[in-house]
Amino acid sequence: MSLAMNAPIASYDNMCSHDWIDAPHSTGTSIMAVEFDGGVVIGADSRSTTGAYIANRYADKLTKITDHIYCCRSGSSADTQAIVDVVVYNLNFHATELGEAPLVESGAAVCKELCYNYRDSLMAGLIVAGWDRKKGGQVYSIPIGGMCVRQPVSIGGSGSTYVYGYVDANYKPGMTQNESVEFVKNSLALAMARDGSSGGVIRIGIITEKGIERHIFEGDSIPKFYEG
Amino acid sequence: MSSIGTGYDLSASQFSPDGRVFQVEYAVKAVENSGTVIALRGKDGVVFAVEKLVTSKLYEPGANRRIFTIDQHVGMGVCGLIADARQIVDIARREAANYKSQFGVKIPIKFLNDRVSMYMHAYTLYSAVRPYGCSVVLGSYDPEDGSSLYMIDPSGVSYGYYGCAIGKAKQSAKTEIEKLKLTNMNTKELVKEAARIIYLVHDELKDKNFELELSWVSKDTNGLHERVPEHVFLEAEKSAKQAMEADSDSDTEDM
Repeated sequence: MSLAMNAPIASYDNMCSHDWIDAPHSTGTSIMAVEFDGGVVIGADSRSTTGAYIANRYADKLTKITDHIYCCRSGSSADTQAIVDVVVYNLNFHATELGEAPLVESGAAVCKELCYNYRDSLMAGLIVAGWDRKKGGQVYSIPIGGMCVRQPVSIGGSGSTYVYGYVDANYKPGMTQNESVEFVKNSLALAMARDGSSGGVIRIGIITEKGIERHIFEGDSIPKFYEG
Repeated sequence: MSSIGTGYDLSASQFSPDGRVFQVEYAVKAVENSGTVIALRGKDGVVFAVEKLVTSKLYEPGANRRIFTIDQHVGMGVCGLIADARQIVDIARREAANYKSQFGVKIPIKFLNDRVSMYMHAYTLYSAVRPYGCSVVLGSYDPEDGSSLYMIDPSGVSYGYYGCAIGKAKQSAKTEIEKLKLTNMNTKELVKEAARIIYLVHDELKDKNFELELSWVSKDTNGLHERVPEHVFLEAEKSAKQAMEADSDSDTEDM
């Protein structure tokens, strides 16, 4: 009798040892953005995890704020989605009030304000990038804590730690659009290869005056490097 | 004003039968009693000039200025009841500062104009308040968007201008402004014209003393609104006085 009673409890305990039951959804991530003359290139992997479990292998971490401003999300999926939803609402309202497209700087400022004010309850590392008529292509990095700084190139997420050296060594000011795309692809491929929480496909977005042009690189079209 | 005493002019929240709001019209009268304010928008900036009437010799010079800086890049000239105008200045400054802290960039003047206009208009809607007895001119220069100039009147209506005049001598000032080719002129030329117009329209018989106020915001000031430097001011004032003398000389010749 007691044995029969114990059996289901034991299996419940076993179930709890799977962290995907209660671990939060997070985009343990590799994200990146680069400014070039006339626009920006943004990129991200597509892996979304709950602990060690891949909850989504085809996630989209390049999220639209306005037609010309996008956000690369890393950290908690729920937190970053919620932030972007609020920012989208605010910036759309702002755009109608202003009668023109908001500046990338303004989009970053609104994101930063939320990330800073709620820094104790959020897990969010964002890269806000886009194009506007005043300053052209711009990248703003908003790491955990709510700092906001413009950078010509920025990387983020857990995968980024593996490629800081590569990015420092290979970033050259004044790269063309195509050079920037290749640079982002290679950096992300290296990050995804080493980081267990990054992987899947490489998503690329090229934002210029004309809007965004999106690409997906998967399987064999992901650059290969030494894998020893 | 034939409708005075018909009972429709006691509240800003009541129309007269022919569709007018008399309290707003009285506020406009308050503006028309004030010293003339002009603003000229040239190709590379905006110039403000004010005829500040001085009603007593006992006042310190430079007291009760009528040109204000709203934000680094925005100037405001005010006309009408100075105490009312100072509240508008305060509101405009808050709007500009809030915008900066919320969106991280300086406020576009178009947007600031909208906000201040809406604020002034709100005071024409309720019985518990009176409309602002002042008109304001807002001017700014932006490297990308060029110069812009707006004027808001007590009803809360505003327009963009190339050149505008408000106050006592607005009619004659406007006539003078219309003679200028504003879009071809730079701020250095405009300052002289502005000073000349203020001296020209000043009525020496009715208002004896006045102080000239001059400010600009332009490409040359790196988009910052500031009072014109002393040497520019003195030169503009001197040439304005000379123009006046030349004018009165030619008048005598005609006679």
